[in-house]
Amino acid sequence: MKRRRRDAVLALVMLGPSAVILVAFVLYPLARAVWLGRQRCDARAQNCRTNGFRQYVDVVQSREFQHSLWVTVKFALLTVPVGVALGLGLAVLADRHLRGVGFFRTVFSSTVATSVAVASLMWLFLLQPSRGVLANIGWLNQLAPVIKRPGLLNDAGTALSGVALSSVWANLGFTFIVVTAGLQSIPRELHESAYVDGAGPWRRFTNVTVPMLSPTLVFVGVVLTSRAFQAYGEIDLLTKGGPVPQDSTSTLTYLIYGSTSIARSDAGLQSTVAVLLFVVLLVLSVVQLRGLERRVHYGN
Amino acid sequence: MSRAHGRPETRTRVAIAYCGDVAKVRLDSITKIFDSVVAVEDVSLDVGDHDFMILLGPSGCGKSTLLRIIAGLEEPTEGDVYIGDVKVNEIEPKLRDVAMVFQSYALYPHKTVRANIEFPLKVRGAPKAERAAEAAKAAESLGLTEYLDRKPGQLSGGQRQRVALARAIVRRPAVFCMDEPLSNLDAKLRSETRAELVALHRRLASTFIYVTHDQVEAMTMGTRVAVMSRGELQQVGTPQDVYSKPATVFVAEFIGTPPMNIFPVGMLDESGYLVGIRPEHVLVDSASPVRAHVDVVEHLGHETLINCRLGDTRVMVRLGGDEVAPCVGDDIGLITPVNHRHHFDATTQRRVDE
Repeated sequence: MKRRRRDAVLALVMLGPSAVILVAFVLYPLARAVWLGRQRCDARAQNCRTNGFRQYVDVVQSREFQHSLWVTVKFALLTVPVGVALGLGLAVLADRHLRGVGFFRTVFSSTVATSVAVASLMWLFLLQPSRGVLANIGWLNQLAPVIKRPGLLNDAGTALSGVALSSVWANLGFTFIVVTAGLQSIPRELHESAYVDGAGPWRRFTNVTVPMLSPTLVFVGVVLTSRAFQAYGEIDLLTKGGPVPQDSTSTLTYLIYGSTSIARSDAGLQSTVAVLLFVVLLVLSVVQLRGLERRVHYGN
Repeated sequence: MSRAHGRPETRTRVAIAYCGDVAKVRLDSITKIFDSVVAVEDVSLDVGDHDFMILLGPSGCGKSTLLRIIAGLEEPTEGDVYIGDVKVNEIEPKLRDVAMVFQSYALYPHKTVRANIEFPLKVRGAPKAERAAEAAKAAESLGLTEYLDRKPGQLSGGQRQRVALARAIVRRPAVFCMDEPLSNLDAKLRSETRAELVALHRRLASTFIYVTHDQVEAMTMGTRVAVMSRGELQQVGTPQDVYSKPATVFVAEFIGTPPMNIFPVGMLDESGYLVGIRPEHVLVDSASPVRAHVDVVEHLGHETLINCRLGDTRVMVRLGGDEVAPCVGDDIGLITPVNHRHHFDATTQRRVDE
């Protein structure tokens, strides 16, 4: 008995530091946010008066929340499938033994070392209507006049796509690296066996590459979805939730922090939206993992 | 020779039409160089229709590369590959009518056993009913029927190996290429599967080309054995030929457990050649003036192996299990019968027959 008690004390000492950090930086803020979300407060989270959990219902029913949720969903739909497909495509292209392929691998994965701020500013300059390089390519203007006037990011209909473009680009390096690692773990004999049996490149891609890669693709999809739901930097830098007055790029995160958001000056409302975003993401991740798990092959 | 089984008429066969001995494989001066490493050097080999040809050699001798060249997974740097009478150098694997069984089995882990077996037929666009029938037949012949709806991950090593075989069989290929298909199995299963492969070969009337480093597999399954070393072909012959008349010192030492004893020039006779004698042909006779010192005695039950020293030369002697064995440290007399001696040229390492 004595010994067990000693072990228990030791265990507590060992677990203590991480437990303190976990409580202080995760559990307490989470509980505090849920608590704050019941209240209306000033910007410094003071002078609160409670509305009870009724406030969550009110926020969910509000036009602003529903609009932001829809914008966020659209943003995820624009970025995730395209991001996964592009990353997969580039990884498959670069997954061969060719001279100089290392150069392309470096280029394709380089965006992983680019911060959101840098990536966003780069796209801001590229898309800037009067001087931006992309905005002043003749044939591109013919194809999509919106690029020049009023500008991809200045048109309420295309602004979200513009932000998505920047976001997809910035996440491409991550997807490329993860998918490349996944590709290299596929046994070569599987491709060779299919090849000898007469399967062409497309059939090998659909019958060997994609199924063997499915756990990787699900992982990338979940991470990219979570990133899309939490995207903030690119929106703040590229459109500030605008163009006004339609708030066409005002996502949930922008509704929380955004410099032009209506919730900005109320820590209580911000917390309400933050907690709701957490719930949405939680549900989404569980659904993605559960739903896809049945169709995913995780090896033997 | 005509094929023992007909081919289904309904299947759209895009494979090249072979004439005559359909499943004959001929390698003409094949050389394969990877970067600057010579994996296969100037190998010429004729594999007859319905042969069970074993490519035997230690790892890195180029046997797998040679097999991959036949299957079309590698292109020879020099030389030509013929299947039937058609030169297939430029012809894609799928048109060569060659099936391949890999050491790792290369089953698709996400597909059921049934889908794995049907895959080659599906690729060829065979109708669903025909695919199912062929797969059922192949599964039946290999005892896989009850596992058809499982995934490979739920099968044992031996069952997976059979699925890989079934997937090759449904194609009814002219040539089966097998790359060490038994080396992932345990010893008992391996010996059972050896017998099954021999039966399969007899039943299918296809040509088998089988890569292994295991001489037991070579001796028990092959109708002919091609021994390779360092990318070069050492000898081609029946298992008996290769054992009783090794063409080079390498073959003499590679085949047989324990390997043939090789005595330096001038030690046993005045022929001027290296002399080889198999351990079972060395006799122990206390009266013999040739004295050896016993270092190790291994009792294996049915036989006893004596590892002794004759001057600076190691000599292995094999005695029957019921013969009286000497003890470690004894000095024993050896007799090396003249009619069991093999002679090899010391420089070329090749066999010399007087």
